[in-house]
Amino acid sequence: MKTIKAFICSIALFAMFAGTAAQAKTEIQWWHAFGGRLGELLDEQVNKFNASQDKYTVVHTRKGNYSETLNAGIAAFRAKQHPNLLMVFEVGTASLMAAKGAYVPMHQLMKDAKQKFNPNGFVSAVSGYYTTTDGKMLSMPYNSSTPVLWVNKDLMKKAGLDPEMDLSTWKQVGNALDAAKAKGIDMPFCTCWHSWVHLENFSAYHNLPFATKANGFAGLDTELAFNSPVHIKHIQTLGKWAQEGKFKYMGRRNEAGKNFRGGECMLMTESSAGYAGIKKQAKFEFGIRHLPYYGATEAPQNTIIGGSSLWALSGKSAEENKGTAAFLAFLSRTDIQAKWHQDTGYLGVTTAAAKATKKSGFYKSNPGTDLAGVQMMRNKVTENSKGLRLGSFDQIRGIIDEEMEGVYNGSKTAQVALDSAVKRGNVLLRRFERANK
Amino acid sequence: MEKRVFFKGWKLPVLLVAPQLLISFVFFFYPSGQAIWNSLFLPDPFGLKTEFVGLDNFRFLLSDPYYLASFKTTMIFSVAVSVSSMGIGLYLAALADRLIKGAGVYQTLLIWPYAIAPAIAGVLWLFLFNGNIGLASYYLQALGYDWNHALKGDQAMFLVILASSWGRISYNFLFFLAGLQAIPKSIIEAAAIDGASFWKRFGSIVLPLLSPITFFLLVVNIVYAFFDTFGVIHTITSGGPEQSTTILVYKVFSDGFVSQDLGSSAAQSVILLVLVGILTVVQFKYIERKVHY
Repeated sequence: MKTIKAFICSIALFAMFAGTAAQAKTEIQWWHAFGGRLGELLDEQVNKFNASQDKYTVVHTRKGNYSETLNAGIAAFRAKQHPNLLMVFEVGTASLMAAKGAYVPMHQLMKDAKQKFNPNGFVSAVSGYYTTTDGKMLSMPYNSSTPVLWVNKDLMKKAGLDPEMDLSTWKQVGNALDAAKAKGIDMPFCTCWHSWVHLENFSAYHNLPFATKANGFAGLDTELAFNSPVHIKHIQTLGKWAQEGKFKYMGRRNEAGKNFRGGECMLMTESSAGYAGIKKQAKFEFGIRHLPYYGATEAPQNTIIGGSSLWALSGKSAEENKGTAAFLAFLSRTDIQAKWHQDTGYLGVTTAAAKATKKSGFYKSNPGTDLAGVQMMRNKVTENSKGLRLGSFDQIRGIIDEEMEGVYNGSKTAQVALDSAVKRGNVLLRRFERANK
Repeated sequence: MEKRVFFKGWKLPVLLVAPQLLISFVFFFYPSGQAIWNSLFLPDPFGLKTEFVGLDNFRFLLSDPYYLASFKTTMIFSVAVSVSSMGIGLYLAALADRLIKGAGVYQTLLIWPYAIAPAIAGVLWLFLFNGNIGLASYYLQALGYDWNHALKGDQAMFLVILASSWGRISYNFLFFLAGLQAIPKSIIEAAAIDGASFWKRFGSIVLPLLSPITFFLLVVNIVYAFFDTFGVIHTITSGGPEQSTTILVYKVFSDGFVSQDLGSSAAQSVILLVLVGILTVVQFKYIERKVHY
């Protein structure tokens, strides 16, 4: 009898310990969209966090590209199988914001977890994108970049051009492309992310509205406005270059990056975060310039961000939310942010990280890497240059891509294409407004 | 006299058809009912709230000129995929049927591509025709042909048809070969002795005898082109450029799973359901009459 009792006791004891051992570490699931070099750097961050404390384990899973990750997260939410943290690219921000109840706002999460959190420590041009009009931060900015002009200096020389020539206006770029074409350069110009660079950032940079109601920040009843004469002039110019063989269209996302890294394309507009890949692969001398603009007299406004932020999804235990908060606080640490900024070319999202990077002399030894930050913060942001907050924006970008393809292949004028994109996009905005009333 | 077997009582017959009824219900009636139900609502992506909108989803779709254009795109695509994959399949089957040595090897190799999933097939062809690194596009450029399927609608269409047909050729080949081998050699030999040429024999003996199989393949291939090709299109063109390769089922997929507009996606499924229903009736009513069993 005694032995049986002892046996039962030992089992109970064992079960207790096993239980506490399993409880000891709370698992935090994080779904993201990073593969390749960026995926490695992300993994490094997670490992560092897991090693830094013994209460939580962050488990990260790549769910495909940005759109696929967002969709996986939404589908999982409907099935109640969602992760704690979801990476959402800037385009999906309005969709998340409108889905009240699907997420725990960042400021709330930090407060509940009694985690120290200073929203003013973030660069306002970045955090503004993820903050409500009454100043509440909803998600944690993770990676943010802005478009710049990449220059293949070797090809510039081949075209008989001074590789340090002024390329701050589109007119000067046009002259350079003419010279390159005359010298037989196959791909004088290429670009990634057409809508983001040539319409969204173009609007902010020229202080023009992309959409009414402060680009959607002031209400769901916003309407697209990117068919102004200046927009049309720019897209028509791109179309003309495409017809003349000076600009080659490689695809809607960042396909053209391959052509630049391979030394085929002379000038490319692409995210500042193209840096990691270009630095690793380019077998030529490259330079980084500010995004060109129109008009020689007036200085440009600022550009806006692209990238993603991390959303804490709702329906998780307080204990898990605490872990999520701890991880987010870890990510905003100055050393982590500064390293991320220097490794990837993404902006440092806290002012402290930018300062630390400057102090370390990184910008001096890697010329051009500070341009993105300067370009974003060069002026006080206006209603038109704060960012975009539009529902169904992923679809609207798809529409813009389609219509711009019509301009590049010569089947449409810029006027027809942009008018049509505005009209079709507005239908989606009204539908989104209706679904999210 | 037709033979009829009667069951006593109703329990056994019901029990015997129950599995089939259950499968039809779970995999057909229930999802179709769901699609019809959902097509009347406008939900938000997260499923937090939904609104009854009546037929607004249909009105929204039918007022979109790109959606209407998608019907034509679907027809061109389906006909091209069915005709090319059946034509090539039949041609290869006719050749393989005449082989004496090594028939097994050829047959196995020709059936191989069928084992490849549509999305993977799409990626393979995309690699070949990729503007940066593709072998095929490289040679086309060298020949002076400007290949850029990211920008040119007809090239994009050609590429998705090619990638979608490729795996189907094997499938059609398999069925045509079986059909050809089932034709008694004596009939063909008799015609040959009477002086009928190869093409004459093929046209007036082989083809009519193959008609049941051809009809079956036509139905199956159209269904394939309609429903199973979105993987290929998603990987190669994502429906672009300018929606020139957006077929109906791809739009169902992309609006539902990429854009999270479930109301519109459900409404499109309903339209597609009706369309395929009509198509099947037409096929069985008019084309099947010409089939000799």
